[in-house]
Amino acid sequence: MTQGTIDVDPLHLATRGRLPRYATLLIAVGCALVLWVVFALTPAQGRADFLVALVLLFVVAQFLVSYFVEGGRKARDRLAASAAVAGLFAALLPLAAILGFTIVKGLKRLDIEFLTHSMRNVADSDPGGGAYHAIIGTLEQVAIATLFSVPLGLMVSIYLVEYGRDRRFARLVSTFVDVMTGLPSIIAGLFILSLWVLVLNQGFSGFAGALALSVIMLPVVVRTTEEMLRLVPAALREASFALGVRKWRTVVSIVIPTALPGITTGVMLAVARVIGETAPVLLTVFGAASINFNPFSGPQESLPLFVFDQASLPNNTAVDRAWAGALTLIILVLVLTTAARLLTSRSALRGR
Amino acid sequence: MNIARFGRKAPLIGVALAATLALAACGSNSNGTSTPAASAAASIACASGTLTASGSTAQANAMSAWIKAYQTACSGATINYGGGGSGAGVTQFQQGTVDFAGSDFALSATQQPAADARCGSGNRAINLPMVAGAVAVGYNLPGVTGLQLSAATLAKIFGGQITKWDDPAIKADNPSATLPSTGIQTYHRSDGSGTTYNFVNYLSHDAKADWTYGVNKNWPAPGGQGAKGSSAVAQGVKSTVGGIGYFELSYATQNSISTAKIGNGMGAFIEPTTANVVSFLSKATVVGTNGDLALAFDFTNTDPSAYPAALVTYEIVCKSGNKSAQLPLIKGFLTYTSSLAGQGILDSNGYVKLPAALQQQVSSAVATLA
Amino acid sequence: MASDVKTKEGPVSPGTVSGTSGSDHGRLLDRIFRRFTVASALLVLVILVAIALFLLQQALPALRQNTANFFTETRWAPDDTPSVFGIAALLYGTLVTAVLAMTMAMPVAVGVALCLTQYTPRRLARPLGYVVDLLAAVPSVVYGLWGLIYLVPKMVPLSAWISTYFGWIPIFTSDGIFGKSIFTASVVLAIMVLPVIAAVSREVFLQVPRENQEAALALGSTRWEMIRLSVLPFGRSGLISAAVLGFGRALGETIAVALVLSANYTISAHLLTPGGNTIAANIANTFGEAGTIGRGALIASGLVLFVITLIVNFSARAIVARRRDFTAATT
Repeated sequence: MTQGTIDVDPLHLATRGRLPRYATLLIAVGCALVLWVVFALTPAQGRADFLVALVLLFVVAQFLVSYFVEGGRKARDRLAASAAVAGLFAALLPLAAILGFTIVKGLKRLDIEFLTHSMRNVADSDPGGGAYHAIIGTLEQVAIATLFSVPLGLMVSIYLVEYGRDRRFARLVSTFVDVMTGLPSIIAGLFILSLWVLVLNQGFSGFAGALALSVIMLPVVVRTTEEMLRLVPAALREASFALGVRKWRTVVSIVIPTALPGITTGVMLAVARVIGETAPVLLTVFGAASINFNPFSGPQESLPLFVFDQASLPNNTAVDRAWAGALTLIILVLVLTTAARLLTSRSALRGR
Repeated sequence: MNIARFGRKAPLIGVALAATLALAACGSNSNGTSTPAASAAASIACASGTLTASGSTAQANAMSAWIKAYQTACSGATINYGGGGSGAGVTQFQQGTVDFAGSDFALSATQQPAADARCGSGNRAINLPMVAGAVAVGYNLPGVTGLQLSAATLAKIFGGQITKWDDPAIKADNPSATLPSTGIQTYHRSDGSGTTYNFVNYLSHDAKADWTYGVNKNWPAPGGQGAKGSSAVAQGVKSTVGGIGYFELSYATQNSISTAKIGNGMGAFIEPTTANVVSFLSKATVVGTNGDLALAFDFTNTDPSAYPAALVTYEIVCKSGNKSAQLPLIKGFLTYTSSLAGQGILDSNGYVKLPAALQQQVSSAVATLA
Repeated sequence: MASDVKTKEGPVSPGTVSGTSGSDHGRLLDRIFRRFTVASALLVLVILVAIALFLLQQALPALRQNTANFFTETRWAPDDTPSVFGIAALLYGTLVTAVLAMTMAMPVAVGVALCLTQYTPRRLARPLGYVVDLLAAVPSVVYGLWGLIYLVPKMVPLSAWISTYFGWIPIFTSDGIFGKSIFTASVVLAIMVLPVIAAVSREVFLQVPRENQEAALALGSTRWEMIRLSVLPFGRSGLISAAVLGFGRALGETIAVALVLSANYTISAHLLTPGGNTIAANIANTFGEAGTIGRGALIASGLVLFVITLIVNFSARAIVARRRDFTAATT
């Protein structure tokens, strides 16, 4: 019709081309071919370089092809998608490499001897030796830290959630706890070194390390348990009050058991976090080569400290031990974290 | 608490308890060979307890061998030597957190009062020389062996003036070697180190014109890469082509790092060997008084085979005023290390034993510790 | 509703209804329990204040003995006479490594979070999400070990390549020696904070209401436009929190940096040359030989680090709160 030129399709959506489904694959193959030629002709080489160049080239090529065929909007959409996927690979690759490295290199020395022997009478360059003393040390230090932080932290979070609503004191405590969650762990170690080890003249010991770890652990426990306690529905509490139950009884018999899986999760995550802390124990336990079951007297070893010490030595035997120690550490942390997550998924409170 | 729910958890708790008990029982302290040489066993006075010591990393390998021998013979003794550098050892000794310290330089006038205070009023802290060694200059140049470096060249390398291996000064020291044009990467100690102290002491004596940075346990010259502890310096040199660093000889032998012959003040190039260190030390004199056995080196030693960058590590310990619980083990361990048997294992570990006269003096001094 | 009869502590118990509640006994226990929790909170407050006061008390004598300006001096020799120490080089190293690490990690982490919530199929996204969460829990000493053994040798050719082709940019010029540089430390830090930021961002993106997303799609937007219109604005405050979390971790990281950095006390704009130091790594490296003044100096530097972390945390919280005021009306 000669009605005029009302453009019913101003964006030309109907007439713009669309890339066929196989276009992505075609572009990828095309880029690979181009790069293969480039790499053959120029001095550039290496599989890693090839992969990186391929990904970059693919993203750019797909954007350009899509721009000219489908238009700007669709092109930007494809760019975002490919950039996001490329980002995923860019992130997962080094992290998978780290895990893979640790597993492969750690398994070389992770045997029964490593787990049940200490480093007593083993020189740096000697083969053999193990991390038993370090594992015992870490477990004892973390256990003591948990014994200090969890009851105290739980009580504080009960105060914040049950008794402290809208009170200025509670807000003050909450702010301080927030402040302490940001404390760098080395400063916790420095604090215990200055106060406990030197000023109070108690010397280096596993207990000093446990104190430093509890300084870090306490705010984490308060935060996570507070979150869990808040998730308990008010209706449960109010039903309990309506039945004539005292507040303290409500908290102890209703609120805490309901939140218990969540609290356990929080505690396990805090323990997982604190097991891997090197800086606080570096300054407080001094390190030892023999087994020391007594955390209250004498130097002790700690697993992350063991890894740190062995890693800095120039002997291959020491580096092998460092990898095995790192693998042990990762296994401990991952078991705790996975168990915590499994517990959460079965809890009545979390839906996801 | 809901009993039923608790009951469901009971087996888990039981497993956890059993696992804990098993874990506590299944560890072992026995590593390596447990048959000490007969002569060593004879001279070891066993005591039990735990000793904590720290300090010089130069003597760390010797300490490791001594501790191994002593602990093998005396299963009730545990000795933890923490390394950390001579500076850290002295500081921790003054603070009272270690029972004795290893240091490659004797207590200075400023350090002595705090060390004496740690031993209690009226008591003194003394320096007991225990092990001698060579500060070796290790380098990483594949294909180049028998490198010779005069003191002046070393001063310029570590001061940052010479930056390439094919510099004319190095060529002049090595007329018959083919040197690559790789860049030189120097490694020095980032912590307070007696090895540093002895090395720059040598440079400032034998390369007066070129080493203008003074003598200090903290590396005084600019540039270069810092590493914490002798192990890290050795690791740095070993992993960098073109690297050069200084550390006690045992680190070079244990890690297969080539060592250079260094020049003394008279233009000769000396190799770091036991005999050469002994030649140098034979001219050292005891300057400590009242039980203290600190030494002074003689850098005007004209012996053509005297290795000029030698070091002696002292054990800094209280002459009297040691904690009574620790005293038997301190005395027992130091008696072993200063005995002929203890000194005898030093040679095979890349160290040099004390000259006989000095060894006798140290032995007697240890016997009088209180 | 029970709330009508609520007092500050909870509804008044109708003691007359059930005589077995033992009202006096129960009220006493109630009060004891409440006092107990208040006492715990007070104890924690006292502990935290005591920590702060003790650290200050240790740091001040050292600062008074210092003969140089604490903030502009680069040398670190607090136990010498005269005592000279300053955090200029340490602060520079700490901030540069943390900022560089965040620059490298933030886009990738947001990309990972977006990918996992938008682009990957549901069946793959959940296990991958778990993997990212687990990676966030890996201890930093493992990253340091990997960085030292694997990354440092690999960074030598990479740094050489960057220096050759980008050497005209001043920060990339170098004199041929590579390896344990600020750049390497930043890369290790970036890899370390990446899972943390990605995990938190993923949680944030999962919270975006489906209605908002589907409304945008229904109006004809492409997936990217939908992300830009409904996901990113909604998640902005969460992303800021994630970034702050990562930044705080990068600022305070001790062990990975101590293993990977070859410490010296210089400020250098050349990121590829060996050297540099951070506050935390300096504490870890020199605490052993620090005398009284030295320890006070280390504590002072640690307090500066802590204050910086606090400033970052609180300004992020202020930004998030302000945004919440804006977005509250729209949701």
